[in-house]
Amino acid sequence: MMIDLGIIAAKALLVLFMVLNLAGILGWIERKGSALIQDRIGANRASIFGFAGMGLVNTLIADPIKLLTKEDFIPPKGDRLLHTLAPCMAFFPPLVTFAVIPFGDVLMLGERAINLQVANLNVGILYIFSMASLSVYGIVIGAWASNNKFSLLGGVRGSAQMISYEIAMGLSVMGILMVYGTLELQEIARAQGELLWSWLPAWGIFFQPVAFLLFFTAAVAETKRIPFDLPEAESELVAGYHVEYSGGKFLMFFAGEFAEIVTASGLITTLFFGGWQVPFLMRDGFHFPWGATLFLPHLAVVLLQVGAFTVKVLFFCWLQILLRWSLPRFRYDQVMRLGWKMLLPLALLNVMATAILIIAW
Amino acid sequence: MIFFLILAGLSVAFSLLVVFQRNVVHSAMALVATLFLIAVLFLTLDAVMVGILQILVYAGAIMVLFLFVIMLLNPEVLEGRSVVWWVLGSLAALLLLFEFVPLLTGTAGPVSGPGPADGSFGSPEMLAQSLFSDFVLPFEVASVLLLVAIIGAVVLAKRES
Repeated sequence: MMIDLGIIAAKALLVLFMVLNLAGILGWIERKGSALIQDRIGANRASIFGFAGMGLVNTLIADPIKLLTKEDFIPPKGDRLLHTLAPCMAFFPPLVTFAVIPFGDVLMLGERAINLQVANLNVGILYIFSMASLSVYGIVIGAWASNNKFSLLGGVRGSAQMISYEIAMGLSVMGILMVYGTLELQEIARAQGELLWSWLPAWGIFFQPVAFLLFFTAAVAETKRIPFDLPEAESELVAGYHVEYSGGKFLMFFAGEFAEIVTASGLITTLFFGGWQVPFLMRDGFHFPWGATLFLPHLAVVLLQVGAFTVKVLFFCWLQILLRWSLPRFRYDQVMRLGWKMLLPLALLNVMATAILIIAW
Repeated sequence: MIFFLILAGLSVAFSLLVVFQRNVVHSAMALVATLFLIAVLFLTLDAVMVGILQILVYAGAIMVLFLFVIMLLNPEVLEGRSVVWWVLGSLAALLLLFEFVPLLTGTAGPVSGPGPADGSFGSPEMLAQSLFSDFVLPFEVASVLLLVAIIGAVVLAKRES
């Protein structure tokens, strides 16, 4: 009993630790990566005894210290309570969403089987969407409590944008659910270990390429980053919904955005790119389609799977940062038109086509 | 049991806050908290599906629209309470109380013991089975109702411009 509870606590802590740290590291990747893309040097000022570590000292130590010790300004005519609560409401959903994303198969320790997933819900995907729908509050409440025209405009834009793209996001996942016939993410990840025509891994992307594009677009829109950064819109709304935030609270909004990127990448990986699956890796080792086999101990297999999941997640994180620094911004009406008149009908068509194909198969 | 008492107490406290606060946005956020706590209550009853749907539909969608409307209209101060509404509201509350008291006292205690042992209780599969076999007509009627509401909204919006 105690050991079971301990295992659950350890898994929850591990996932929280990973997401929070990845969010921090993404902050570094964003600054150094953007410098690389734009042919600049990037953060290089701060150093400890001459060690700058490619800007790591700057973004992971100096920046947080600066932000945490900065004055926490609350607008005098704003709402003190909600102004303080809003960053927490923005930070909470992306962290807890990762609970249902499996980061590995079952780990056998002696007699004990440990499912490498914090919570195995039979409604996993619905849980993710329910948490995503809660993340609107951080923006709306933060914007309203600041009592500022710019932030209110950003908040209204943000809530409209997030509600619009949640619909397209939910409908695009429908195809994947129909193919694998379950809402459990661990089951979906497991089903992607099968082989098509005994050589192609049965990853979601091969069944649902359109759904992947729709989901990826909607996921980027949900993180409110360029090209969908209309709620922030630095050139029109100063900083949008968090214009009146400084110090630690701003840091929470900022880190929450990166945690959203990590969670979105985890979801894309699990739904479309096999989750923790390594191609041709079964429970006892590699079984290549040309007949060769390579047997591996159990622990090595599990480590390979967890490693594969991490690599895939990192890849999609990097892809999203690359998008943010290479694409121009949309106009607000373009964002709305894309969401309602392109993504939504395409997602509906995709669901219908999938249904017809499944019945005809 | 202790867990239930804490959750129930908190949800009652938050629902009282909904009514007794002057600030509309604070009331709305208290309502969100109440709905969230009720969802957690469902989770403790092993009804995961219902709990998640509660968050998804009520806390996540309907309350966001509430907030949206409140923010757009921005009611700075509430209108003073008029006596007529006060009397009517009290009458409605009393009526509800008389409805509830026999229900609460008349029924047998809660059915104790766990549900079906195979863990299928309240699963999406079971819900879908009953929704698309026994309750297919009400389900379809409800969806037509929603469609009518959507078309009505579009017509009203068109007439404005």
